[in-house]
Amino acid sequence: MSLLQVKNLVVEFPSRHGTLRAIDEISFDIAPGEILGVVGESGAGKSLTAAAIIGLLEPPGRIASGQILLEGQRIDNLNNDQMRSIRGRKIGAIFQDPLTSLNPLYSVGKQLTETIQAHLPVSDQEARQRAISLLQDTGIAAAAERIHHYPHQFSGGMRQRVVIALALAAEPQLIVADEPTTALDVSIQAQIISLLKNVCKKRGAAVMLITHDMGVIAETCDRVAVMYAGRIAEIGPVHQVINHPEHPYTAGLMACIPDMDSDRERLNQIDGAMPRLNAIPKGCAFNPRCPQVFDRCQLERPDLVAVSRGFQNSPAQVACWLHQVNTLEGVA
Amino acid sequence: MSVQEAQQNSQALVIARDLAKTFDVSAPWLSRVVEGKPRQLLKAVDGVSFEIERGKTLALVGESGCGKSTVARLLVGLYEPTCGGLTFDGQDAHAAFKSSDAKTMRKRIQMIFQDPYASLNPRWTVGAIVGEPLHEHGLIKDEQELKNRVAELLKSVGLSALDMNKYPHQFSGGQRQRISIARALATAPEFLVCDEPTSALDVSVQAQVLNIMKDLQRERGLTYLFISHNLAVVRHVSDKVGVMYLGQLVELADKHVVFDNPQHPYTRMLLDAIPKMKDTGRARTPVQGEVPNPLNPPPGCSFNPRCPLANARCKTERPVLKDLNGIKIACHAVEEGRH
Repeated sequence: MSLLQVKNLVVEFPSRHGTLRAIDEISFDIAPGEILGVVGESGAGKSLTAAAIIGLLEPPGRIASGQILLEGQRIDNLNNDQMRSIRGRKIGAIFQDPLTSLNPLYSVGKQLTETIQAHLPVSDQEARQRAISLLQDTGIAAAAERIHHYPHQFSGGMRQRVVIALALAAEPQLIVADEPTTALDVSIQAQIISLLKNVCKKRGAAVMLITHDMGVIAETCDRVAVMYAGRIAEIGPVHQVINHPEHPYTAGLMACIPDMDSDRERLNQIDGAMPRLNAIPKGCAFNPRCPQVFDRCQLERPDLVAVSRGFQNSPAQVACWLHQVNTLEGVA
Repeated sequence: MSVQEAQQNSQALVIARDLAKTFDVSAPWLSRVVEGKPRQLLKAVDGVSFEIERGKTLALVGESGCGKSTVARLLVGLYEPTCGGLTFDGQDAHAAFKSSDAKTMRKRIQMIFQDPYASLNPRWTVGAIVGEPLHEHGLIKDEQELKNRVAELLKSVGLSALDMNKYPHQFSGGQRQRISIARALATAPEFLVCDEPTSALDVSVQAQVLNIMKDLQRERGLTYLFISHNLAVVRHVSDKVGVMYLGQLVELADKHVVFDNPQHPYTRMLLDAIPKMKDTGRARTPVQGEVPNPLNPPPGCSFNPRCPLANARCKTERPVLKDLNGIKIACHAVEEGRH
């Protein structure tokens, strides 16, 4: 059974000029131990999806409809206290900037033991031991001494390690990591990504990894969801989506990333920009920028359908009329 | 005349010689006296030399804090070098910046900044922003002519002449970066210093901006200094690449050499650290360690604590940039053939 199920999730922001729909009926699930990558440009709704799952949507943003289920239990309708016992215990969170996720006034040891004791019935001594072993697991040398240090005494990469240790403190089954390496240098980014991958594998935790870096996704994830204007354009096994993108947006996104192995004089570019929330076009949200647009794209919104192209056991799902036409023809 | 011209053409447009910039980051005088602390100097850029030929792009790469942006600011005259100098088209640029004729030099060197949200005045219309350099340098006096020129500049970066009356907040990040480019192009400069021009942008928008920059270079013969930490972008735009570490150039070579056959252990480490799209699920050997504190750099080669090839010599003697088989490199191990 899936660990996390998101069903037809809609997130809205009421405003003076009408309600803005930031997440528009998205559905996906994450299996236990799986790493799901979520990519998309700024404003695609990646971080909002994460915020909705961990129950940290900033008002006036709200879940307008749909369900979020963790181990078959609904968590989208819980109150703050109930949600607090799930956050940390069942779902751990890692955010972009490690400095703002740590409290500068407490030592990292204090923050770790506090988190551990808030969720698990352990003594002070045990909590301390656990905190030290967590820091060791995340690759912090001399953990027994470092535990007394304050966040400002750590470098950026080290702080992100502490944040990962914090997220794992109460052994959650799901980690939601929102751009965990964006604020870090490339050389540190590689360390953090492999750490995240290994630690989660060791503990059997599933990860929802949000990033805009396709390289990170390719290297880390089992499956990937590509988001555009609050909708999922394509979701499927990572090698399939990257090597055989089906949605024109995914294909365009792949083509505009400068490649380390080829010498192109010009990069492919997707003209235009992502629509604003108050001006999402009718039909497929990508239609004004799509090179393969036709009549139906401007009228009806496509649903996610499976396209199996030689990958029978794990087909990718694509929301594009091009593919739905194909499947229909295939049936007929 | 023609001999002179030929000479000028063969000479690089931009020549930086031993550029260095030291910042005084000491505690205030009183605290120093009371607590008996010494002065503290931060060597942000420590003896960097390079040349950029006319119409070519030199890219500087490196991690945060390695001095890339300080080099950029030295080149446009926002900082004055502590020592060393900059020759632009045969002239001493920093002497020119201080002379009464500074505007002529400034007109020829322009800069594009990283954050298009911070580098455009939110209270000015786009027309005023792009037209300001034209006004400032007294290039165009006539209002109508100014408007036409601004419209032309906006069109050259793929915006519309009608955008002139809008304000920066009405544009997306990529469009704003194009406005910055249009502003930088207003004085028809020969040399553009671009400090991380696309790192605040999404990939699809980054591709648009990079394409525009390349097109403009081809059309106008612009010379670029391109600063970035994104090696894939650097590979795409540059002709030559300089790799910086703690204020020094450690490798400087043609882009194909740097990317296909990197020599310096730091360059190899950086290249190895990039996640690649081709091999999904590949396990990498992650890079060890982090950049040391620039206030207290390690003795010898500043990379030695992270370097797999470091030996006793690396820990005591600082390597200098030397010519080895056509590439410039500062590494004892490569020089001795230990790699």
